[in-house]
Amino acid sequence: MKHTVEMVVLAVGAFLALVGAGFAQDRLFGAHMWILFFMLLGGTLVLMRRVDFRPAVAGHRALQTEYFDEVVKYGVIATVFWGVVGFLVGVVVALQLAFPDLNVEPWFNFGRMRPLHTSAVIFAFGGNALIATSFYVVQRTSRARLFGGDLGWFVFWGYQLFIVLAATGYLLGITQSREYAEPEWYVDLWLTIVWVAYLVAFMGTILKRKEPHIYVANWFYLGFIVTIAMLHVVNNLAVPVSFLGSKSYSAFAGVQDALTQWWYGHNAVGFFLTAGFLAMMYYFIPKQVNRPVYSYRLSIIHFWALIFMYIWAGPHHLHYTALPDWAQTLGMVFSVMLWMPSWGGMINGLMTLSGAWDKVRTDPIVRMMVMAVAFYGMATFEGPMMSIKAVNSLSHYTDWTIGHVHSGALGWNGLITFGAIYYLVPKLWNRERLYSLQMVNWHFWLATLGIVVYAATMWVAGIQQGLMWREYDDQGFLVYSFAESVAAMFPYYIMRAAGGALFLAGALVMAFNVTMTILGRVRDEGAALDAAPLPAPAE
Amino acid sequence: METYTAMRHFADSWGLLAMTLFFLGVVLFIFRPGAKKAAAQASAIPLKED
Repeated sequence: MKHTVEMVVLAVGAFLALVGAGFAQDRLFGAHMWILFFMLLGGTLVLMRRVDFRPAVAGHRALQTEYFDEVVKYGVIATVFWGVVGFLVGVVVALQLAFPDLNVEPWFNFGRMRPLHTSAVIFAFGGNALIATSFYVVQRTSRARLFGGDLGWFVFWGYQLFIVLAATGYLLGITQSREYAEPEWYVDLWLTIVWVAYLVAFMGTILKRKEPHIYVANWFYLGFIVTIAMLHVVNNLAVPVSFLGSKSYSAFAGVQDALTQWWYGHNAVGFFLTAGFLAMMYYFIPKQVNRPVYSYRLSIIHFWALIFMYIWAGPHHLHYTALPDWAQTLGMVFSVMLWMPSWGGMINGLMTLSGAWDKVRTDPIVRMMVMAVAFYGMATFEGPMMSIKAVNSLSHYTDWTIGHVHSGALGWNGLITFGAIYYLVPKLWNRERLYSLQMVNWHFWLATLGIVVYAATMWVAGIQQGLMWREYDDQGFLVYSFAESVAAMFPYYIMRAAGGALFLAGALVMAFNVTMTILGRVRDEGAALDAAPLPAPAE
Repeated sequence: METYTAMRHFADSWGLLAMTLFFLGVVLFIFRPGAKKAAAQASAIPLKED
């Protein structure tokens, strides 16, 4: 291993970061460049220590024909790590809402911790899961090694750098205040480079495939990668005040800016959190139950219908605003139409188990995947309903929205990712099985209970909030002040934090289980799960 | 004509028509003769190997 080019590039990058820190136009940009400098310097030193002066081994060439799984292993570990971090920050921000004294100014108050939570779970946890599983799935369903040699490493480490710059930026107070796209212009540019490399690695693998057909999971992954590239670039079009400063101004203004943000925001849900994770569903559920997907043709209709409809749904985030009425109605109509492909996909995922439903009882990983698809169905029913203007007039700006997002994110994205991780870890590290299947079961129940507590609490909280805000007396005055509706939320916020804590506990169980599996340990569990006693037949 | 108006008119006429036709084409293509067999083969791809 020489890594000469990589080392030089990192060292030059570290030098440029140092220059950026020295000539920074504002204090925050300077602080950010110092962070970047130390990270790139650290990277250079790590590579230097790994230099091997022995002559290249002849076997190195042969290795190139195998699947490139090392980067997938790193991706799985990063997914588990960022998952625990993201869920922990989630519990902290939930407690901050209940107990405002927990806001530690200036770095750890709610305004800075909230984007840290959303980005950590969506982009760090979800993004790493998507990159790792897409690299795993595309190689196997194309029967080809990942394209581009070490490009996979660049994508992985480049993405981690993006995460660290985004996260430290939020805590420092650097934000362009666009929801789910808070990082400033220079971090956005870096992510664009990494994302193009990701597209090249993924697309290249598909182009050199040995399997004539492109399996449907790859279509979903490709749809996700291409659309996110387009959304990211357009939403982040901005003019920096200085090339050595952290502040920039959006290329759009007024209602156009708002619509661009929610065109991005909702399609981040549609293509990042839906299309990408559906790709996981279409690969890992058939693998875990060892059956082909229920209807392959339905999966193709699912794909195209989702692609064609999701992109128009964004305006439902701007009901009753300055956005033209026709655009609001368009967003609502497309959101309601989305119900069809979503449920088609859900039924397709669930029916893949037909003839193997016993596995829900015997295999906790299958149970987790089935619960994930069930939550996908529930969240994609709730979403279109909430996009109807009459319903939205009650639900908008309330905690109902937060509950909806979390039943989708924790239930669908979380559980399907956990299922994929439990499938991948023994395979990647060549273990006979996981360290403990009973712990998977524990994780399943902790997570499911946590989500149910969370979502149910937020339904009650949100509807109460909405009703309090629109309550008039017979004189036409508002009955409640806004502060009263905030105070009324206190018990719900405590319960929400408890639900989140249960979910976090489940993730910690997973982290332990995955670690022990990687270390090669196997917990002695007898035949507790493999041969669960059959229920007595009904008399 | 203003750029916005021109694009708007294109989007809700030819653009809409083209996308609808493409989508209908995809759906029809899926139900072409022989598609069932091809789909069955494709669905077996993940199960072929590890």
